[in-house]
Amino acid sequence: MEKMIFGRYLPLQSPVHELDPRAKLLFIFGFVIVVFLANNILSYGILAVFTLLCIYLSRINIRFLLSGLKPVIWIIAFTFLLHIFLTKEGDLLFNIGFLKIYEGGVRQGAFISLRFLLLILVTSLLTLTTSPISITDGLESLLNPFKKLKLPVHELALMMSISLRFIPTLMDETDKIMKAQIARGADFSSGPIKERVKAVVPLLIPLFVSAFKRAEELAVAMEARGYRGGEGRTKYRLLHWQGKDSAALVLLLVLAALLWWARS
Amino acid sequence: MDIQLQEVEYRYAAGTPFERLAIEDVSFTIPEGVFLAVVGHTGSGKSTIIQHLNALLRPTKGQVVIGDRVISAGKKEKNLKSVRKKVGTVFQFPEHQLFEETVEKDICYGPINFGIPEEEAKKRARSLISQVGLSEEVLQKSPFDLSGGQMRRVAIAGVLAMEPEVLVLDEPTAGLDPRGRKEIMDMFYTLHQEHGLSTILVTHSMEDAALYADEMIVMHKGRVQKQGKPRDLFSQPDELAAFGLSVPEVVRFQHRFEALSGMKLDRTCLTIEELAEELARAKKRGEDR
Ligand SMILES: Nc1ncnc2c1ncn2[C@@H]1O[C@H](COP(=O)(O)OP(=O)(O)OP(=O)(O)O)[C@@H](O)[C@H]1O
Ligand SMILES: [Mg+2]
Repeated sequence: MEKMIFGRYLPLQSPVHELDPRAKLLFIFGFVIVVFLANNILSYGILAVFTLLCIYLSRINIRFLLSGLKPVIWIIAFTFLLHIFLTKEGDLLFNIGFLKIYEGGVRQGAFISLRFLLLILVTSLLTLTTSPISITDGLESLLNPFKKLKLPVHELALMMSISLRFIPTLMDETDKIMKAQIARGADFSSGPIKERVKAVVPLLIPLFVSAFKRAEELAVAMEARGYRGGEGRTKYRLLHWQGKDSAALVLLLVLAALLWWARS
Repeated sequence: MDIQLQEVEYRYAAGTPFERLAIEDVSFTIPEGVFLAVVGHTGSGKSTIIQHLNALLRPTKGQVVIGDRVISAGKKEKNLKSVRKKVGTVFQFPEHQLFEETVEKDICYGPINFGIPEEEAKKRARSLISQVGLSEEVLQKSPFDLSGGQMRRVAIAGVLAMEPEVLVLDEPTAGLDPRGRKEIMDMFYTLHQEHGLSTILVTHSMEDAALYADEMIVMHKGRVQKQGKPRDLFSQPDELAAFGLSVPEVVRFQHRFEALSGMKLDRTCLTIEELAEELARAKKRGEDR
């Protein structure tokens, strides 16, 4: 549980940490689109190298980052298997009666899993290098134009930052309640599936109860301190767009161009 | 059942940038039937230690011997249920662990997990609910309709219902009213006296440590700094102060009295009764002279 990295912020000194949150958000947004340009070994290779470069620049220990991926490994493996079994393209590689594995399936599966992996890595970099408050500020400022369309931008940004802020808290809470129930003989890690699903109830109920309680307390605490929404609210931290922020976006464009050139 | 910690070290999130050394080089033995108090400033590693006593945490160095089981660093143990049946733990704020529809079901959750028949579990629930100071009607209520203090008592009953041989208590009375505190502590003490239950009590209350414990361990910055009888440890208030701890009021009174009067009482008194006796005796001695 304590190895979870989602929503965690790792305060370090690095070029990535120092970027404007708006630049990072735009970068991620662009990256998510650019990723779909890759469609062969060369382009996926470029993408992977680029991701490694980002990780290197962020000074975040890659082993730590990878160990934090454990929870999603299953989803990735599942996607991979799904493609292997369901895609029927290219040469037949394997044939055991009902099970037919095609070359296209393996390739598709590998590519899609890799795409998924890279997306997760890069997006975790965002939360690892940017404090929740900066993310919110950045998001709010990026979405500002939509205020004209009566979109509750401030509220959305606030909701997001609260969620991000409370992920680690909920993780700790889960850990605590889990331990308390294990001490009372609960077994979360062995036994038949049906039993295991049932074993989760004593974990989920206290978790929900405390999450609701926490939400209520937070709302009261905010009101007590005079919070009345975004109207007329000034900012303590101001964002400054700098040359390096533009450079990050240019880098993304370069990547896009490279992928365009490499794709088949 | 004895529990032994041998040079135990624990690091949270070991191997990540969030790694944090919580306790190191902790060695002590909890003999069967002892009442042990663990005191220390906040963050000194008390809760971390007690999670080793039923193998919820595996040491990152050293080993923990629980009865005939050895939990050592780097070795994954299977089937720890038998350990957890023998060592019952009441965590800090145990009311957060309640989840069942009724109080009765919640109390029965532990025993049933450990293979106790439902009838027997219910019987235990009925006898325990009055033992923790609640009426039997509460059994059919939802635990979420109770007050914080009542929930605490239900959670404690849920652990006692497992009938453990060793009872581990992590600040069981924090946040209760003074009378509730005394009731609960007296109940633990009675259990300890009548059934010979080994009891490990983590507490910030020096009064409780003085009143109930046979042995006391002082933690500071993840290490055991002192171990001994409460009476001996409390007779040296300056040493405790170095670890951010005070002594019980009674003891403080005695030290102040001795400093002002120049008289020295025969022993460090841990209760008001003891102190009154000693003072009376000292007065008599003074008159006799
Ligand atoms: N889940 C966790 N992850 C990381 N660090 C932790 C975790 N739990 C405790 N720690 C750290 O380990 C150290 C010891 O904590 P522990 O909870 O054992 O202290 P404690 O003596 O029980 O304190 P308190 O009296 O406040 O309950 C602290 O520095 C704490 O920050
Ligand atoms: Mg604690």
